[in-house]
Amino acid sequence: MAGKVKWVTDIEKSVLINNFEKRGWIQVAENEDWNFYWMSVQTIRNVFSVETGYRLSDDQIVNHFPNHYELTRKDLMVKNIKRYRKELEKEGSPLAEKDENGKYIYLDFVPVTFMLPADYNLFVEEFRKNPSSTWIMKPCGKAQGKGIFLINKLSQIKKWSRDSKTSSFVSQSSKEAYVISLYINNPLLIGGKKFDLRLYVLVSTYRPLRCYMYKLGFCRFCTVKYTPSTSELDNMFVHLTNVAIQKHGDDYNHIHGGKWTVSNLRLYLESTRGKEVTNKLFDEIHWIIVQSLKAVAPVMNNDKHCFECYGYDIIIDDKLKPWLIEVNASPSLTSSTANDRILKYNLINDTLNIAVPNGEIPDCKWNKSPPKEVLGNYEVLYDEEMAQSDGTDRDLRGRPGQSPGVRGSRARDSGKPVLTTWK
Amino acid sequence: MLDPDRGLSLTIARVVQRLQGSSLHSQLERQARVSLHKPEIKLESLKEDIKDFLKTSGWEKKLQNAVYSELNVFPSPCHPAAPPEHIKEPLAYMRKAQGSWEKRILKSLNSMCTELNIPLAQKRPVNEQKELLNKWNEMGTDEPDLSLFRPVYAPKDFLEVLMNLRNPNYENGEQPSFRNHLGLIQVPLKVKDIPELKEDFSELGLNIGQLGIDDSAQVPPEFFENEHVRVGQKVLAEQDSAAAQQYVRQGCPTALRADLWALILNISNQPEDILYYEQLKSNVIQHNLLVDSLIYKDVKLTASNDDYYFVFEDYLYQVLLCFSRDTSVLEHFAYSSATPPKSYIQGKLGMEEYAVFYPPNGVIPFHGFSMYVAPLCFLYHEPSKLYQIFREMYVRFFFRLHSISSHPSGIVSLCLLFETLLQTHLPQLFYHLREIGAQPLRISFKWMVRAFSGYLATDQLLLLWDRILGYNSLEILAVLAAAVFAFRAVNLMEVTSLAAAEAVLADLSTLKVMPLLQIFLFATVT
Repeated sequence: MAGKVKWVTDIEKSVLINNFEKRGWIQVAENEDWNFYWMSVQTIRNVFSVETGYRLSDDQIVNHFPNHYELTRKDLMVKNIKRYRKELEKEGSPLAEKDENGKYIYLDFVPVTFMLPADYNLFVEEFRKNPSSTWIMKPCGKAQGKGIFLINKLSQIKKWSRDSKTSSFVSQSSKEAYVISLYINNPLLIGGKKFDLRLYVLVSTYRPLRCYMYKLGFCRFCTVKYTPSTSELDNMFVHLTNVAIQKHGDDYNHIHGGKWTVSNLRLYLESTRGKEVTNKLFDEIHWIIVQSLKAVAPVMNNDKHCFECYGYDIIIDDKLKPWLIEVNASPSLTSSTANDRILKYNLINDTLNIAVPNGEIPDCKWNKSPPKEVLGNYEVLYDEEMAQSDGTDRDLRGRPGQSPGVRGSRARDSGKPVLTTWK
Repeated sequence: MLDPDRGLSLTIARVVQRLQGSSLHSQLERQARVSLHKPEIKLESLKEDIKDFLKTSGWEKKLQNAVYSELNVFPSPCHPAAPPEHIKEPLAYMRKAQGSWEKRILKSLNSMCTELNIPLAQKRPVNEQKELLNKWNEMGTDEPDLSLFRPVYAPKDFLEVLMNLRNPNYENGEQPSFRNHLGLIQVPLKVKDIPELKEDFSELGLNIGQLGIDDSAQVPPEFFENEHVRVGQKVLAEQDSAAAQQYVRQGCPTALRADLWALILNISNQPEDILYYEQLKSNVIQHNLLVDSLIYKDVKLTASNDDYYFVFEDYLYQVLLCFSRDTSVLEHFAYSSATPPKSYIQGKLGMEEYAVFYPPNGVIPFHGFSMYVAPLCFLYHEPSKLYQIFREMYVRFFFRLHSISSHPSGIVSLCLLFETLLQTHLPQLFYHLREIGAQPLRISFKWMVRAFSGYLATDQLLLLWDRILGYNSLEILAVLAAAVFAFRAVNLMEVTSLAAAEAVLADLSTLKVMPLLQIFLFATVT
């Protein structure tokens, strides 16, 4: 067993390579025997495609689940969450409880979304209910803010569909599916600026579900002041917080990159809004992440050779309600600033410590529950086995730090039922 | 020596005089008058009844807080015959040094004006006024060309001045002896030694619960925290400044800090305060000042690049531009060694009747000035409240960090305290650094001038400023600076150049303030 891990990657990023080399692993070519492959989502498609028929052996692991797109494609994520809610409702689960307006009390965490062109009629119906609303159009299969635009009139949609049909790229663009989501037009502003949250979540297995939350997430700020006025609809810098977009703005700062740590956010919110609402917000963020994973778990191909580190994008509105915007399967490993490089190096380091215990040749049959000491900046977000052995799912609603399994170590919050924070 | 009774009556007289012109005075009067219509106010016991009414309706507390605030800000009175400049600064050579430093600053400002051919102040054309009003909340997106502007001075220029300070009545003696102070500051001022500091900062002792300490052996931190929050809520409910000030010596719970600080500083953000802020804002809109560009430049050079504070760039303009127009800031020159610079209306140079203070608040910003505001943005999101808190922090504390005086919280005393602590308690380290040309003060000076803002992580900085407010003193800054050197002593003993020493101390963002202070003050054998 003393052999060295042989690694391959098709993503030439120093934060990856430095981490592999630090462990004394050996780089090999893709067509050689490898144990660890950090691959792009394009490559994973080929590896698991029917045509290649590639079979991974017990000592091989990869950084994606074969059908990760169930979570990371905007349309599929919404579809899975909708289905999950319906199932819970059918089971009569208390989680699917609705308020007097027919909205889910606990499961209403994704902005109203439709597929286009498929759900066009449903969208129009919804739009007419509230004609002054703004909607955001996103191509399903693209990331980093590409192809996104805002609309606030039905005519804009009509024009868009006409244009895409008559363009010379008929065959491609007409196939391309879009999602259209209600735009959160009351985002929480800090210093007058809009931001979103980027949080990293590691899933080591879907059945049973075991996931970890990275403590060092960050807020991404728009460099341009937020005005909800429609005259600014075309100025994408105001609305989109993706670094890939913001980097083109004139005001992009290369020292901090518009990024603010989650601990800054917590300090600010606790100082200006109080401790209770701040704790509630973070509880809810953890809640929606777990719910999104539970929603896709039944359809996930829980291949034992796989783990995945997701980038969750969350927007907080001015009532301190978090909204899940999307999930990325390949969060950017490009470092925009010095701090960013340190963060991402550590992220990969901690991810590898959990996915490849001790840096030894992997054995995909291991039980995938690492000891607490190796978690680094990750903390257990949810552990289905532990939750079941505790006999109840209710624990899920507890404070993040006391996720099932680690509950005993947090005496501070025990004593009272934690259910209240969700009400 | 002034006899204590006489001192007390002088203080009372001064406080009464100060409060007479205040809005609190007229409010109290109005309340007293309104109370006459109440059935419980009887003619035969009028005085007592009104007093009772003011007490039960909470107005007495407000008066108490106002008196307490006056006592905190103003120095204890000197002899009634002493001239006003003695209240500013009792030592003649300090006054003189401050005077010539001000001349230098003003000269530099004036030459910038001449060089760039920009007037000190100018009315904005109407369309420009409108434009500024429109983008008041997003001034940071504006990128005026400021390449020609440079900060009037930076902390290191100021340090050079302090190094050259001498007391003409004091024989320095060129012969080095064991008595010599080996540091950069060569003026004899009385600074505290560790036993005295221990007594002053007794609430920071190892046996006392402390926010900012995670692993106190004496009191389980969670138990202390919960109890401390409970007490804090009680202090807030009582609305008692003095109790709040005592309370924050053990640190503020994050969620209570904004209110506790406001209570200590006696800031209540009344409608008239908001109106006052709006007036300052309209002054900014109407007139363009040269110092505006200096403020812009400073924010762009400091806070805009800061991992913690860049988010608040626009708030900083909204506070600092208004601050420069605020003539109420001039009041602090009564007890500051500094004197506001004067400028003359064009063509009337030197004619006193045409003199105006410039900038209107009398404070010329220097490199890093905006960092005094930045941490406060974590606590207050209403600009008018943020503004008032900052102004009060400035006229109580921050002005002392960039003026030459003998005050125990003045920067000269802080420097001397820092050097003395190091020289006395870490003589080997002090000597080593001095030998390699890395005088410790050269590194720590900027920390102290900025009250550590921009050097510490924000949560830690706020814990430090809790203690500044709690003890109404800046001395804790010098103690922390020395404690940082003590903490990194092993690494510092290995360096052989100023640059290497600076590198060892370049990143303070991982430091935990309270443990460092405690160890330095209480766990070191003296």
